[in-house]
Order: sequence, then C-alpha cells, then structure tokens
Amino acid sequence: MEPIIRTENLSIQFGGHRAVDGVNFKMQAKHFKSIIGPNGAGKTTFFNLLSGELKPTEGEIFLRGKSLASDSSIERTRKGLGRSFQITNVFPNLTVLENVRLAVQSREKVRFNFIKHYLQYKAITNEAVEKLEQVLLGNKVNAVASQLSHGEKRKLEIAMLLALNTEILLLDEPTAGMSLEEVPTILEVIRSIKEQGDKTILLIEHKMDMILDLSDSIMVLFNGKLLADGTPSEIMDNETVQNAYLGGLYDEQLIKT
Amino acid sequence: MGQEKYYSLKNVIFLIIIIALIFFPYVADSRTLTILMTQVFIFSILAMSYDILLGYTGIVSFGHAMFFGIGAYTTAILLSMYDNTMMIFLISIIVGMIFTGFVSFLVGLLTLRLKSHFFAMLTLAISGLFLVVAEKWRTVTKGNDGFTFRAPDLFRDRVFFYFFVLVCLVVAFLVLRRFVTSPLGKVLIAVRENEQRTRSLGFRTLHYKVIASIVAGVVASLSGSLYAISLRFVNTSVMSMDITLDALLMTIIGGVGTLVGPIVGSFVIEIAQHYLSGLANDYPIFERWIIFFGMLYILVVIFFPKGIVGTVYVKYLTWKSKKSRPQQPKQSVPLVKDKERLE
Repeated sequence: MEPIIRTENLSIQFGGHRAVDGVNFKMQAKHFKSIIGPNGAGKTTFFNLLSGELKPTEGEIFLRGKSLASDSSIERTRKGLGRSFQITNVFPNLTVLENVRLAVQSREKVRFNFIKHYLQYKAITNEAVEKLEQVLLGNKVNAVASQLSHGEKRKLEIAMLLALNTEILLLDEPTAGMSLEEVPTILEVIRSIKEQGDKTILLIEHKMDMILDLSDSIMVLFNGKLLADGTPSEIMDNETVQNAYLGGLYDEQLIKT
Repeated sequence: MGQEKYYSLKNVIFLIIIIALIFFPYVADSRTLTILMTQVFIFSILAMSYDILLGYTGIVSFGHAMFFGIGAYTTAILLSMYDNTMMIFLISIIVGMIFTGFVSFLVGLLTLRLKSHFFAMLTLAISGLFLVVAEKWRTVTKGNDGFTFRAPDLFRDRVFFYFFVLVCLVVAFLVLRRFVTSPLGKVLIAVRENEQRTRSLGFRTLHYKVIASIVAGVVASLSGSLYAISLRFVNTSVMSMDITLDALLMTIIGGVGTLVGPIVGSFVIEIAQHYLSGLANDYPIFERWIIFFGMLYILVVIFFPKGIVGTVYVKYLTWKSKKSRPQQPKQSVPLVKDKERLE
C-alpha cells in the first residue's frame, strides 16, 4: 500500500550542524507512530520540515505520493497536514472560543466573507464549542487564552488541531511542561482521537509509558539520524536504541543518584 | 464578547450621541464650532481607517497620508477642471476611492511581504514619492502653493456640509464595524495576534493584509475628499507626514483596536489643538502648544497604553465581572466532572 506520508533522504543543515540527517521514513494511513529521541535529536526540526515551517537543504517529502517541495505551510495545512506546537502557540488576546473558531473557519473555507456578522455562522461556533468539550475545556469557552494555565493552553492547541480536521495530525509534545495530574487528560484526549480511527497521528513524546500505550510503531531519532523504526516491542529490545537513548538516560540517572 | 443585541447598551449610547450631534449645529451658535466639529468628523474617518491597519491587522504604516492626499487631490482637481456640481463631487469621491484602492493594492502586494519595520520604512518612502509627485507635477497640482477651487453650492451652507460629513462618518463607522466583526475581520485580528499561527491554520495572511490595506486606503481617500471640500483649497500638505502622524496619534490616544477609539481620539486632539492654540492670545507660551501636546502624548502612552476607550472598556469589564461574581460558584461544577472523567 502507498504510504500516506514519506520522506526521502530528508536533511537540513544549520551552519555546520546537520539537525536532521538523511531521514527516510514512511507511514501508512490511520497509523499511530511516535517519535522518540534525546533532547536535540532533531524531532521538532523534523516536524518543522514536515509542516513546512523550514525548508530542507536536501531530500523531499511526499504526501500521498506527491512531492510537497513547493508547498508552504499554508498549502500543507489545506492538503491535510495539521500540527500542534511544542511551545504553546495560540492567539493570546482572543477568547478560547475564538481561537478554535478561527480553525473551524479555515476548514469550512469561510475566509473572505466581510458582509455577514461572524455570529451568524452558528454552525461554526457550535462546532468550536464541541471541539472544546472534546478536550475538556468546555468550562473555559469565554476565557481569554493568555489567562489559561499551561495545561489548558496545551488542550486548546489540540482543540484547534482537531477543529482543522486534517487527515494527518502532528502532535509535538502535547504534555510538555504539564503537571502530573494534567497528563492523563491529554492522554485520554489523544486516545479518543485514535479510537475514532480516521486519523494518521505522528506524536513526539518523552513519556515512555504513554508512548508504549498508544503507539502502533515507534521511530527513534538520534543526532538527526533515524536510528530505528519498528513496533514498540522491537524498539524496546533493540540494543542500539538502548545504548543510545534509553541506556544513556539510565546512566545519567545513575550518576545523579 | 457575548451575544450582541440591537437594544444593547452600546447601541443605545450610540443612538444618543447621534441625536446629540444632529442637534449640535442648531444649539451651538458659533460657526467656528460647527466647522471644528466637521473637522473632527473628517479626521475621525481618517483615524478609523488607520485603525484598521494598526489596531486590527497590526500593520504600522507611515504612508497613510498618501491615500488621504490622493482623495483630496482627486476631488480638488476634478472640481476645478469641471463644474462645481454635486454630481462631479460624488464622482470624484468614487474616482478617488478606486484610484487609492488600486494604489494600495499595488503597494500592499509589493511591501506587505516584508517584516513590520521594513514595511513601515517602505511605506514612508512611497508616500514621500507621492509627495514629490504632487510638488513637481505643477501643471495639475500647482506645486507647493496649491490652488483653490469652488465647492458645490450646497456645501456653502456649513450646516449642510456638517450633516453630509456626519452621514459619511456614520456610514463609514457602520461599514467598518461590520467589516471587523465579519469572519474576514476575525482573521485580520488573528494576523495581528500571531501571524505565523494564522498561516499554519491555512490562511494566506498576505491576502488578508492586502485587503486590510485596500479598505484602509479607500476610507482614507473618502476623508481626504471631504477635507479638500472643507478647506476649498488643496496643497501638498495633504500628503505630508503630519497627516499620518495625526492619524497615528488619534488612534493611539483614543484606543487602538476599537472603532470608537479613533473617533474619541480625533475629538480630543482637534479640540485640544483648537483651544490650546487659542490660549496663545493670553499666554504666549501656548504659541508652542505642540510642546504640551507632546507631553500629553507621552503620558498617555505610559499610563494608558490602551488609549481612552480601551482603558474605559477594561474598567467596565472589571466592574461587570465584580457585579456577577456571586454567581460564580456554579461554574466550578464542571471542574469536578473533569476529575471524575479522569479517574
């Protein structure tokens, strides 16, 4: 089967540093893949390349077999490649509802209408509220986004991504900087998206239990290179991975204690 | 925001102010005051158009005077070339609007790709270019000296002109209010808030910025046309940096990101200018009234960064939320539900 998304020798160079180095990766539709790797392994850079925030120095990305080289992030979103950001990236002075409504508006192609009042689009508002309830933010609809807690902002990110309703979801550390009590909520939200079964999800995470719980497959990035790609059990048994990533982490912990 | 109703407090105040303004020329016995208010309205339209750029889309432009100037020159030139009839005047407004729309489309397309401060510099340069054209194209513009022309006869009656400008202001206000509350307006605000994020939601932000620039330009041209009529004279000062700075000050003092703000700002600045320079007869220091003005401006930016209307609005919101606080315990119920769903 033709993979829905595929990269060929994808590389980017910042000065003398190759942040992503010759990554060949492919992914089937409706699959759940996690990306792991130590800090600085190039995970977020890889996402930025996929979503068009950065241009690769070498290599290409194919969406349903077609090259994305000439598409900006705008086109990629419209073609079904939506992403959330690791550093929370919402519209700070708008209300939570308006944040999500903008995403719905984009998907519904209500872009250039300047004659009707925005409240006349009841369906858009309703859907935005629905998405907010799905991520358990239903009680914060009218709060201003900048006044949300960190965890709530992360939920808002996901609600906006859901509202775009793209086929592929790129989730960049949805639990980054969250308190322990908040993590299960996000886990629940992601699980519910997965269980709907119509989305291809690519997730960057550090929390191994969460990854093992959700993923169909895992890929490991290390120094910008693709170290391994396989089912969770394969990855856990892979010696190189253990040495490079898991091993390294445990060693650090040993030194600390 | 909340649901907007037709009989809301906002609309009632709006209506009262309109009625007060309708009776104003009959109550105020001096012609000077009527003329002053007309001037306030004209600059309100200009400042509102500038606010579409600055307050709603987050674009800082130093070239807004060129649109104002194009409107003023179009009206003046057409009225002096042809008859001074109402018809020609209305045509000149439309011609001016179409011309500025075209110019701001081209300028926007070329410059709005740039980052904010580069864009600001480039607009300064382009409006400088228009100023030079107005100065050197002597056969049409009579250069720096400018020229007088005859306004349509109906406008000889200052009260009629007052009403005409008032209607223009109200129409411009209503049209722009609908513009900024439309889905498109919401995207403009999103561009102001976070352009990169707007792009990643799939909006082509350049298109929106160009549209904002066209709308702002067209409305500025209308105020330019009215300004030319109010003076019955036009020279290169309508293209000068002072006009842009006036619009900028009015918008910031009144309140960025609201449409009422620029109107209040224009009222405050025009009235203050009038009376401060009037004081010069008694106190010579007020010959330099602009010094006081500079100080006032600095104080406003330091203490009321949201401008007059913005500050009042925030005060109103906190007052309202204090009033509704007793009902809040109800809202914490869903939180408990969240926890239950977790477990």
